[in-house]
Parts: sequence; structure tokens; C-alpha cells
Amino acid sequence: MKTMSKVRVLVGTRKGAFILESDGKRQKWDVSGPHFAGWELYHVKGSPVDPNRLYASQSSGWFGQLIQRSSDGGKTWEPVDNKFVYDGVPGTHKWYDGTPHPWEFKRVWHLEPSLTDPDTVYAGVEDAALFRTMDGGKSWQELSGMRGHGTGSGWQPGAGGLGLHTIILDPKDPKRMFIAISAAGAFRSEDGGATWKAINRGLRSEYIPDPDAEVGHCVHHMAMHPSRPGVLFMQKHWDVLRSDSAGDLWKEVNGNLPEDAGKRGFGFVIDVHAHEPETIYVVPIKSDSQHFPHEGKLRVYRSRTGGNDWEPLTKGLPQRDCYVNVLRDAMAVDSLDSCGVYFGTTGGQVYASADAGDSWMPIVRDLPAVLSVEVQTLA
Amino acid sequence: MNQAVIRVVLPAHLRTLAKVGGQVELTVAGPVTQRSILDALEARYPMLQGTIRDHVTQERRAFVRFFACQEDLSHESPDAPLPDAVASGAEPFLVVGAIAGGM
Repeated sequence: MKTMSKVRVLVGTRKGAFILESDGKRQKWDVSGPHFAGWELYHVKGSPVDPNRLYASQSSGWFGQLIQRSSDGGKTWEPVDNKFVYDGVPGTHKWYDGTPHPWEFKRVWHLEPSLTDPDTVYAGVEDAALFRTMDGGKSWQELSGMRGHGTGSGWQPGAGGLGLHTIILDPKDPKRMFIAISAAGAFRSEDGGATWKAINRGLRSEYIPDPDAEVGHCVHHMAMHPSRPGVLFMQKHWDVLRSDSAGDLWKEVNGNLPEDAGKRGFGFVIDVHAHEPETIYVVPIKSDSQHFPHEGKLRVYRSRTGGNDWEPLTKGLPQRDCYVNVLRDAMAVDSLDSCGVYFGTTGGQVYASADAGDSWMPIVRDLPAVLSVEVQTLA
Repeated sequence: MNQAVIRVVLPAHLRTLAKVGGQVELTVAGPVTQRSILDALEARYPMLQGTIRDHVTQERRAFVRFFACQEDLSHESPDAPLPDAVASGAEPFLVVGAIAGGM
């Protein structure tokens, strides 16, 4: 019975990782951490087939990238291979001044464990590329067809870097996967990551020279419900979008999200309810130059219609003087009967809702800035 | 062959990573240089690979510095002999995280 289950929330922050655990009621929480104190933890995620197997991306401006692995649910960790070397001659992408710039590895933004094998993990890195381990992190190999996509030499980083930040695996088709890159766009592979197709038709970005270009769009995040892998939701630099054709065509579903200088829909996170494939969540942020909630009110917006019709969720969230941000990987849902929704802020709060967003409570209030939140539903 | 016992002091984050307490003592065969010290260090503590110098180019990471005998040796050739006091173990070789300025 799922109400007797437990949840484990994996939080990556600017200064370490934290693990928050509760029973199915999700009212009382045990907090452990900081793990890897003082390091940036861009992402921590568990294997869907072995929940005690966790992977963490640990990095530092001084000492570079490490990958840590746990086999006991985060009680102990061991460093595994941290060698991310681009396949062959890396070539160049476009630099900020428009000149060619050699591909340089900087960090791992996102770790996506396989849906079927705890030793297989995909890593999205900056400068944008996709790596995979098939031996539990003992070695990493680039799936260079991603970076070698025909448009790759023209990708140009945004202010946040050229990061491959989103990896979605199709549970019904093990060969199909989706990724997204800041300031490049969304891409799909139908052959296990060997070759890729840009899937950005319908995206319109007025901040790039050709608003309807094949690539160059600043996709912030994407989400998918596992029961309907052909339906994708996207939070772009501006605009929330959906695709009912696995990314072949997108349409904006900003609807009644807060208006901001004639536009709507700026934000970073997006996620889907565990049991309702048309219920989605975003956290609108004021403009691309301010990056905090509208009117100082922290509001999660929920649509039960897959977009367009949105309702603000405010119960338990600060409704004045709140100027935090919610970053792209900092929202997740559990799969208990009453779906839990979780998100972390740059102010160090992790909020939880045990009733699909109707009400919220902070699990912790004073962590370092939160970079990522993942949730495991445990038997 | 000449074998010296070298003392190496690591920054706190790397001591934690390598699970060492104070300074590390290493036996280095042949000339004592930055490269030979780091080769010996990484052979003993493989988890440090990539944290002090780049995996591929073997160049010092930008915000890591090498000090010894009150001197900053960061910009010396990795194959230049280190001071005799380091080679004899009288003085430690310090791996230092550069000053951040407030991060």
C-alpha cells in the first residue's frame, strides 16, 4: 500500500548534498547532510530499478568534476570515474564573440540513470555533450552523435553556459530519448543516442536573430509523463509549450500565466503529476532579467488541462517579499497515491506538498542555494 | 636510483576526498619535479586524478597553485627540478586552492 511507503528527497545545493526522508504522510522529515560539504552538487539522482544506487555530480571551480556513487541510499559514497573526454577531435562551437571555440568540458549538469540497469547512467555536460557509463561509473564514453549533430558547430552559449541539462528516457521505447541544451534547443534520438534530430519546430524566440530558427532556442527544461511518452512539456526562456508529437511540433500553452511586459511564461522548472498526465506545474519568474517571482509572491502554477488554463497555488508559500528563484532541475514529484510535489529555491528552502500542490510546507528553510531536487518513492 | 620521501600538503577538500588526515608522504623515483610528485600522488590516490591537473593535457587547473619554500612555483615547468629542500623532504610541497575573494 503506497501510503505506507517512504519518500527520499535528494537535494543538490551550491555547498553540498542533502537527503530528506519521511514516511508516506510526508509531515515529519529527517535531514542528513551536507554530503560533500563545500562542493557544488548540480544533481543527485537514484536508479529507478535499484533505489539504493545513487549517483551525484560534485564539482568545484578549483578542483573540477567528480562523480560519486552510493549503494546504500546515500549513507556512504565512493568516487567513481571523473574522466569526461570528448570523442575524437572535439572541434569547435561558436563563442560569445561569434568566433569558433574548442569544445571544453566544464561540469556535469544532469545524471539520468537507466530505467532498466542500475549500472547504466547518462550524463549531460557543459560544453554540451552526452556521456554514458555502462559499468556503474567506472568509465564514461561520449555519445558523440549528439555533439556531432549537424548544427553543433553553430551552438553558442548563453550567459549560463552551453549545458546539456535535460535527459528524458522513453519507458516504452528503449531506443528513444530526448535531451535539451541551453541556447541550442531540444533534440530526439530514435536509435539509443547514436543520431539526433533537432525538435524545435513551433518554438518562437524573439531574442535570437531568426525567431523560428531550427536551433538556438533557450530551452530551460522539459518533462514527460511515463504513460504518454509522445507528449512533452517544455519550459523555454519565455513560454511554456507542449508537443503531442514527441517534439515534432510544439505549441505555446502560456494561457493565463502572469503577464510580464506583454509576454507570459518565463521560468525554469516544469513537471508532470505522477498520476494525471495532463496536470503540470511551473513556477513563473519575472522576466529574463530579474529572475524572481512576480510581485514577491512565490506561486506554483498548476494546469489540469495540459496548459493554457492555470491556477496559482499559494497555500503555505510566502506571498510577500519573496525574491528567490527555482532552477531548472529543482522540482520533482513522488508517486504516492496522493502525489507529492517538491521544489527547492535559491534561498535554500525545499517546499513539499503532499496533496498535489493544494498546500505546501517547507521541509527545510536554510540550506545553501538549491540546484536540484529529485524524489524517490520507496516501498 | 635516487628515491626521496616527499611531503605533500593538500587542500582540505582534497584531503577529504583522498581520506587522508595531515600531510602525505610519497616516495618519488628519479628527479623530483611537479610532474613526478603528482604522478606519485595520483598513483597512490587515484580519486585525485583530474582535480589538480587536467586528465588529458596534464596542465595545472587554473585555480590550483603550487607553493614550496615560500615561493609560488605554479608557473614553473612541470619538469623543472624542485628545490633541494623539497626533494630531501625538509620542506613540504603545497597544493593550494587559489584565493577566491569571497565565494
